Amino acid sequence: MKGKVIFKFFVLLVAFCFCFTAPALAKGKIKIGVYLPMTGAVAAYGQMEWNGLQVAHEMEPKVLGKDIELVLVDTKSDKIEAANAVSRLIEKEKVVAIIGEAISGNTMAGNPISEAAKIPSISPTATNPLVTQGKKYAFRACFIDPFQGQVAARFARNNLKAKTAAVIIDIAQDYCVGLANFFVKEFVKMGGKVVSTTYIQTGDQDFTAQLSAVQAAKPDIIYAPNYYTEDALMAKQARDLGINVPILTGDGAQADELIKIGGKAVENMYFTAHFHKKAATTELAKKYIAKFESKYKKEADAFGALAADAYFLLVDAIKRAGSTDGTKIRDALASTKNFPGVSGVITMGPDGNPIKSVVINKVENGKFVYVTTVNP
Amino acid sequence: MTTKIFLQQLTNGISLGSLYGLVAIGYTMVYGILRLINFAHGDLLMVASYTAIYGIAMFTLPWYISFPLAIIVTGFVGIMLDKAAYKPLRDAPRISLLISAIGASFLLENLALVVIGGVPKAFPRPEIFAKVVSIHGVRIQVLTIYTPIITILLLFGLLFIVYRTKAGKAMRAASMDFETTRLMGIDLDRIIAFTFLLGSTMAGAGGIMWALKYPQVNPFMGVIPGLKAFIAAVLGGIGNIVGAVIGGFLLGLAEILLVAFMPEAAQYRDAFAFVILILVLLFRPTGIMGEPIVDKT
Amino acid sequence: MTKERRNLLLNIASIISVYIILWFFQKYGTEYQIRILNNMAVFITLAVSYNLVNGICGQLHLGPNAFITIGAYTAALLTMSPAEKQMSFIIKPLIWPFSVIQAPFPVSLIAAGIAATIFAFLISFPVFRVRGDYLAIVTLGFGEVIRVLCNALQSVTNGPLGLKGLKPYTTIWWSWSIAIFTVIVIQKLINSSWGRAMKAIRENEIAAQAMGINPFKHLMMAFLISAFFSGVAGGLLAHLITTISPTLFTFFLTFNLLIIIVVGGLGSTTGAVIGAMLFAWGGEALRVVESPMDIGPVHIPGIPGMRMVLFSVILMLVIIFARRGITGRNEFSWDWLFSKLSGK
Repeated sequence: MKGKVIFKFFVLLVAFCFCFTAPALAKGKIKIGVYLPMTGAVAAYGQMEWNGLQVAHEMEPKVLGKDIELVLVDTKSDKIEAANAVSRLIEKEKVVAIIGEAISGNTMAGNPISEAAKIPSISPTATNPLVTQGKKYAFRACFIDPFQGQVAARFARNNLKAKTAAVIIDIAQDYCVGLANFFVKEFVKMGGKVVSTTYIQTGDQDFTAQLSAVQAAKPDIIYAPNYYTEDALMAKQARDLGINVPILTGDGAQADELIKIGGKAVENMYFTAHFHKKAATTELAKKYIAKFESKYKKEADAFGALAADAYFLLVDAIKRAGSTDGTKIRDALASTKNFPGVSGVITMGPDGNPIKSVVINKVENGKFVYVTTVNP
Repeated sequence: MTTKIFLQQLTNGISLGSLYGLVAIGYTMVYGILRLINFAHGDLLMVASYTAIYGIAMFTLPWYISFPLAIIVTGFVGIMLDKAAYKPLRDAPRISLLISAIGASFLLENLALVVIGGVPKAFPRPEIFAKVVSIHGVRIQVLTIYTPIITILLLFGLLFIVYRTKAGKAMRAASMDFETTRLMGIDLDRIIAFTFLLGSTMAGAGGIMWALKYPQVNPFMGVIPGLKAFIAAVLGGIGNIVGAVIGGFLLGLAEILLVAFMPEAAQYRDAFAFVILILVLLFRPTGIMGEPIVDKT
Repeated sequence: MTKERRNLLLNIASIISVYIILWFFQKYGTEYQIRILNNMAVFITLAVSYNLVNGICGQLHLGPNAFITIGAYTAALLTMSPAEKQMSFIIKPLIWPFSVIQAPFPVSLIAAGIAATIFAFLISFPVFRVRGDYLAIVTLGFGEVIRVLCNALQSVTNGPLGLKGLKPYTTIWWSWSIAIFTVIVIQKLINSSWGRAMKAIRENEIAAQAMGINPFKHLMMAFLISAFFSGVAGGLLAHLITTISPTLFTFFLTFNLLIIIVVGGLGSTTGAVIGAMLFAWGGEALRVVESPMDIGPVHIPGIPGMRMVLFSVILMLVIIFARRGITGRNEFSWDWLFSKLSGK
């Protein structure tokens, strides 16, 4: 009997769903699909990128005289869902282009589908080289791991004059492993020495054991290319233990929350990043930062900025293509040259990877301050 | 490794261990009475931390009001959890209870994700907990010292309730035999609710201290500490309150010292706790302090 | 015509009709529909084999993600070409013999099943020393251990970078054939004396033992078969998504399977199949609760994450108010259908 009740419940549920599936008739609208991890393990990145996208969308809501509609689908930080999401965006929502995902693994689950459908996709923050390799319709807005790791190594050797480095790697993130890997290669090539390599995992909250090993090795700098949550806690515990050497990290750590969580401990932390307010050379960046700060009452982070860039690059490509045809947008996107984006002046390189300069920032008095620019 | 670093690690291990112990108390008490692994118990850490944050940020309460308030709220969330997810299943097979517990845990996490968002929030750390003292060159955060002390104090308070009050007597009776307890004229549901209240309060206190130690709060923060605390409870002998705290201390120490002596083994840290669990279950299923488990039907 | 003969013919006819439906989708359906169909088949395989341990034997096992992981990695390592592997493994090179061997897709699937079975065999000794909640936690622990190992053993799994760029071998023909095969094998097992013994253990282990049933032997059998098919499904999944990494196989995956078999009806293969189909399709259909809606003049902004809230609530509602799920422990059978049709 109860089985029947439940069955009826399901029938009702399904019927309920159908009532709402009637698509909001989008006449004269251009749909851009967005698939991001809004829930699940990496929900934080997805939510930050969505914030950035909304600001970007408010700044440029129209292209080719039509309204742009952003269609967001959640991937639950999961590959199966990511692949479903891309299929859905293409088949059901009929989007002209796709923005997403936040992390490389999920992007690689989605990319083959958009590639087959000849729909251009651009990921804000998927940094693994394989994401775009050999794909015609796949692009990204961020640096790739090898490039950022090498720049960090050069900065550590040349500017910070470090001879020895300790590397702390978040083993659960391919971004962190990638960066650390290329940093070590370049750092050793330039005559540096890595005196300690320790591992942490996303979600870890206690790093004292690893940090004690670092302390014993007495390095000149710590390279910890992890996300801001882990880096903030790690910095805090490092300073509590009395480790005062500079900490160098990547773009994934530059978020307002880093300073909020880390407080004084993150002073003198260096970042290889995309932009800085002071160094913001482009009009778009200034406008974006102002708008972001007035909307969310906090400093603009790299995730949001890169998502905004993905959006602006796409809109610019649609404009230049003068059409919403996938292949035409793709060609326009591939020929992007000196586009003044939020994260710097962007030229789309071969293989769909942007060429842009790295900005080195650091934390001083609870603010991100600009240090220098490294050109590619 | 120098003595200095070793001592530093030792204090870290003790403070981490006391947190595990505090959370383990809740597991062990609920298990003692209901024979249920309350999967959602770890998520109470998250509930306590977010409540404390909102108390300070939204209602601008000082921390010494906001923290106890958050702990009390967590206690009541624990009671609600029992009422909603476990009470309707008192007579159901245990597998159903466990599935309901897993569902409740996912529900709490995802509600937090939808309502508050996945971006981690910074936990405000009052100055008096943030100080660092240096004893013979060993730098120790005062919080690291407070945590075990508070744990021990709470433990004694709890033991007093369980062994010296009427309600405690009823709880102990219920953990032995439901039917007889009922025959003695004891309102079982109230006793179970009281157990959840006590256990969840401990988790609340643990959550606040966890957030003070690792000041970053997200919807999934309770999952791993929850599992580890459960392992601690099994290690100490499930059903035994003192055992839970001892198990917590041992697990915390073992984890920290493993990573300290073998930094390259840090990546196996989460697996290590489960290996301990499996070994305990294989060779001494009753744990360190536990008595043989009476299977209640 | 005897009943057995009729039922056999009807079974064959329904399998053929499944293939005809698939053929229609292949020819006229969209990529999106085919993807959902593939997911359905993989989830059917997973749910039916998971149900064998949880529903039929009554042991709450929370580590199917370990078997799926092992299957997925084994199959992926076998189908990738040595050159591709060399390119992917940038942290540490892949160890021999994985670095040189390559096998066709069907072989890799069987290898995936066997690898998962071997692992299941090894852990079955500690796992079945305990029962009930302890068994749940121990299996959960093994799932977690496997995930940690996937991250740590970089010279085999490529660590968190995972394996990328697999060939999309999984077609609806493969996935559905395996799903149908799984259902047939497991149904045959359940209806054999082995299956009856398993159910006896579920109902009362001590009584079953008194009847001369060896619980360990029977539970292990169920566990190994369940692991084999979970491993094969893992291989299918890997070549469906074309990229795998440790994050794919968390407890979350187990949670999904648990919802499927509980909602479908613990202990019923029919229930597991219905549950899996509902889940694969419903998960997509329910996306509407997360997208912005306009009901008259009221605009409701989309709330991402509502689906997971809804799933958790459904799981709890079913377990509290309708513990038997959709089908209870009943199975679909032609006899039942005909007796219904004839109004008896």
